[in-house]
Amino acid sequence: MSEKSSPAPSVEDAFALAMEPEDVRGRSLWTDAWHRLLKNRAALVSGVIMTLMILAVVFGPWLVPWEADFTDWDHTSAPPSLETGHWFGTDPVGRDILARTLEGGRISLLVGLIATLVSLVIGVGYGAIAGYYGGVTDRIMMRFVDVIYALPFMFFVILLMVVFGRNIILIFVAIGAVNWLDMARIVRGQTLSLKNTEFVEAAQACGVDHRSIIRRHIVPNLLGVVMVYVTLTIPQVILVESFLSFLGLGVQEPMSSWGALINDGAQDMESAPWTLVFPAAFLTVTLYCFNYLGDGMRDALDPKDHV
Amino acid sequence: MALLDVRGLEVEFDTPEGVVRAVTGLNFSLEPGEALAIVGESGSGKSQMMMAIMGLLAENGRARGSARFQGEELMGMKAAELNRIRGSKIAMIFQDPMTSLNPYLNIETQMVEVLRHHQGMKRSEARAHAVEMLNAVRIPDAEERIRQYPHEYSGGMQQRVMIAMGLLCEPDLLIADEPTTALDVTVQAQIMQLMRELSEKTRMSLIMITHDLAVVAEVADRIMVMYAGEVVETGTADQIFYAPCHPYTQGLLASVPRLDRLDTDDLHAIPGNPPNLLELPDGCRFRERCSQASAACLERPPVWETEDGRSSRCVLRPEGAVMREKAAGAAAEEAE
Amino acid sequence: MKKPVLRVQDLTVTFNSVTGNVFHRQERRNRAVDGISFELFAGETLGVVGESASGKSTLARAILGLIKPNRGRVMWLGENLTELDEESMRQRRKELQIVFQDPVASLDPRMTAGDIIAEPLWNFYPNMDRLQVDERTRGMMKMVGLLPNQINRYPHEFSSGQCQRIGIARALVLNPRLLICDEPVSALDVSIQAQVVNLLKDLQKKLGLALIFIAHDLSVVRHISDRVMVIYMGQAMEVSCKESLYRKPLHPYTNALIKSVPLPDPKLAAEARRENWLTGDMPSPFDRPRGCTFHDRCPYRVKRCEADVPALRKMEEGDWVACHRAEDLDLSIEEE
Repeated sequence: MSEKSSPAPSVEDAFALAMEPEDVRGRSLWTDAWHRLLKNRAALVSGVIMTLMILAVVFGPWLVPWEADFTDWDHTSAPPSLETGHWFGTDPVGRDILARTLEGGRISLLVGLIATLVSLVIGVGYGAIAGYYGGVTDRIMMRFVDVIYALPFMFFVILLMVVFGRNIILIFVAIGAVNWLDMARIVRGQTLSLKNTEFVEAAQACGVDHRSIIRRHIVPNLLGVVMVYVTLTIPQVILVESFLSFLGLGVQEPMSSWGALINDGAQDMESAPWTLVFPAAFLTVTLYCFNYLGDGMRDALDPKDHV
Repeated sequence: MALLDVRGLEVEFDTPEGVVRAVTGLNFSLEPGEALAIVGESGSGKSQMMMAIMGLLAENGRARGSARFQGEELMGMKAAELNRIRGSKIAMIFQDPMTSLNPYLNIETQMVEVLRHHQGMKRSEARAHAVEMLNAVRIPDAEERIRQYPHEYSGGMQQRVMIAMGLLCEPDLLIADEPTTALDVTVQAQIMQLMRELSEKTRMSLIMITHDLAVVAEVADRIMVMYAGEVVETGTADQIFYAPCHPYTQGLLASVPRLDRLDTDDLHAIPGNPPNLLELPDGCRFRERCSQASAACLERPPVWETEDGRSSRCVLRPEGAVMREKAAGAAAEEAE
Repeated sequence: MKKPVLRVQDLTVTFNSVTGNVFHRQERRNRAVDGISFELFAGETLGVVGESASGKSTLARAILGLIKPNRGRVMWLGENLTELDEESMRQRRKELQIVFQDPVASLDPRMTAGDIIAEPLWNFYPNMDRLQVDERTRGMMKMVGLLPNQINRYPHEFSSGQCQRIGIARALVLNPRLLICDEPVSALDVSIQAQVVNLLKDLQKKLGLALIFIAHDLSVVRHISDRVMVIYMGQAMEVSCKESLYRKPLHPYTNALIKSVPLPDPKLAAEARRENWLTGDMPSPFDRPRGCTFHDRCPYRVKRCEADVPALRKMEEGDWVACHRAEDLDLSIEEE
């Protein structure tokens, strides 16, 4: 098998090359799944709403005439109205609820995204290695997961807070540190079944080393399941963050998240219900959308109506 | 009266890529006591045809046409009515017996259930009948083994149990869809022998669906060869094996590795691949792989019939055949 | 005297299964491959035929080191593969390749045909530039009869016959000297089987490969093998050259296998069954019969067969057989 570069093609070769038909484009399984997803109305609508939501929280705060922490002393606890310009009303201190909701959305979605990303990277790597190598490695790794699983989450978070202070980064870390466990378990299970497929055996027979097999064969075939799980994890994480904020352990003022807003709103529920309703609505819609997307993706990747 | 008479059967499937025409314009009939083999490769539509007749099509499938069983029209029959016929008058066995048997129930339970449901037998009566059937299919120690679970049987024995279950209600028709494909070759031989004996003993009709032409040589009275959703040739077993008309049948026969002709090592192959059912070629569906194709094959070929029951869908006319179906564009003339 | 490229000596692979519960553990031993020995020369094809539980797939994997044998040696070009460490064995894989039974399952559904074929190149020649890899991949595709412009298509867009060609291209891209084909055509239609068998024959001649062709019946193997080894329950029953095996098998099991192959000829098929060539079912691999493993199904058994295990021994014509009665049995196949 020569490793020198090949000689320049002759005229005959060039002619022959020109005469050959063009390469046909392949249609990957992802493309098929994508088309199936697009046909799922609930998922499509959810996707559109989520896109709008993300655009709103990213660009919205600049479009709203007020800053989130600007106190409008003329309109405290004002109900939503178009004349005042406070479309969502204001809280008892006079801050515009719309602005606060959008800013809070940034934090909530960011937490959802980053914490999930952290758990994704750690979980997939951990689970794939444990599942692929099996044996003692697998047992030790999964026992470790079991131990951490047994730790009470709240206790862990409070501990982190006490030691490192209330820090937004800390929340990402805490949540990510817990969520990767589930991801690792799922990935390990999938890896176990992928390990026994014939194409992995074929790769081994071709002398492909273990790291390349994991990278090239195992992980891409996991992505389907992982993606579905991710779309279901993001809402989970947002909820956890909301819960933490609701308890007062989450983001600190003046930063806000939907959870913190709901906490504040709950206290003024009777006198100024709009302070609760709008952040809660945004949170709920987001959770619903991610869930529909997750379901849609699962159906798209696992079609049952094959001929 | 024919036991089963199928006219103009069409089966289509809706897929994201388009409409797949699995079966086109199928006609055949089956007499009582006759053994018919339906032979075709994957994509020929042979299994889908039976699924359509039995009302077992997948959700995205549609069937049109007529299938009369003992005079009753099966197409479009309500599920409750069909259930009355399925299992008692028509029995079906499938390719992989392991997936057809419930792994959580023992054999006795599964067989007795059939008898009590369809024949209303008492438990003791049903059990005795079941043991008798197991003996008929030559399961050793049937009396004790009937209490075992499917996984305790070998593949060949499981298939024999499936045949026994199919025969429990003494059906008029047994449909076997690739019954031996998943089995060892020695077991396959035993099962085929068994099916031949059973069909000779009872007056049961048999439809065998398979992709392996050789397997049906000892069982079939008549053979129907399918390609890309159409019947390309029918005839008696002798006619098909000793004097096939259609180039596809000829090619199929030549591709079967034979141990009785040891003179040559070469294996004849039909070049090319079966057509994509989403994009069927114009004219004859086999023409792209046919060694005897000509310009005439660009038109839909006519169907010829002979007096002794042969038919062939090809531009080549078999000896003594008359045209039954006209080719596209040609008038329906009687040709000698 | 030519030296064999591959010499397998007394290869044994045992699987253990533990059943029972905490109080009563039962360890059952299954010797899937039981002391198999054979030689293979460059440019030669050895057909390996066995039914289920014969251990043929395990044998293939044990030779390639995908399963670790419990005993025995695999001498490749004079080197014992079973004693190599993982990295050295990985390097040897350039020379030893395998084609799998299920053409679709052996291809990663998320990789294009081109990538699948090129992967061994990336693995062993990471410094090869992309143009060279592309050129070689396209060359391989042409060699196995695929259009190079299909290089970016995914496995599900090909037919199973074409998928098997991709598998063959992948196996040959590194220019191996030994190719093991594990039932490469069992999952294919009959007409496509012939194409793939012919392709393998051509490639072997062109590339001078040593080929091991595993199959579950004797018919397909005949067209490509020089010698044939018949395995039953992990043991070699007969190793004969093709000419003599099909005309005059030495072992009763070989005889049964020959008789089991369905003949596409109704008259002959009916006659072949009249003799009693095999009884009963294959025993469970965990409960092997004592003495000759085949004796409980053998129509020619004598008292000795129940007690003594026959060794594989050489007969005058150079063929090997493991049967006590090899000398006095005459199993010649009558020809027309």
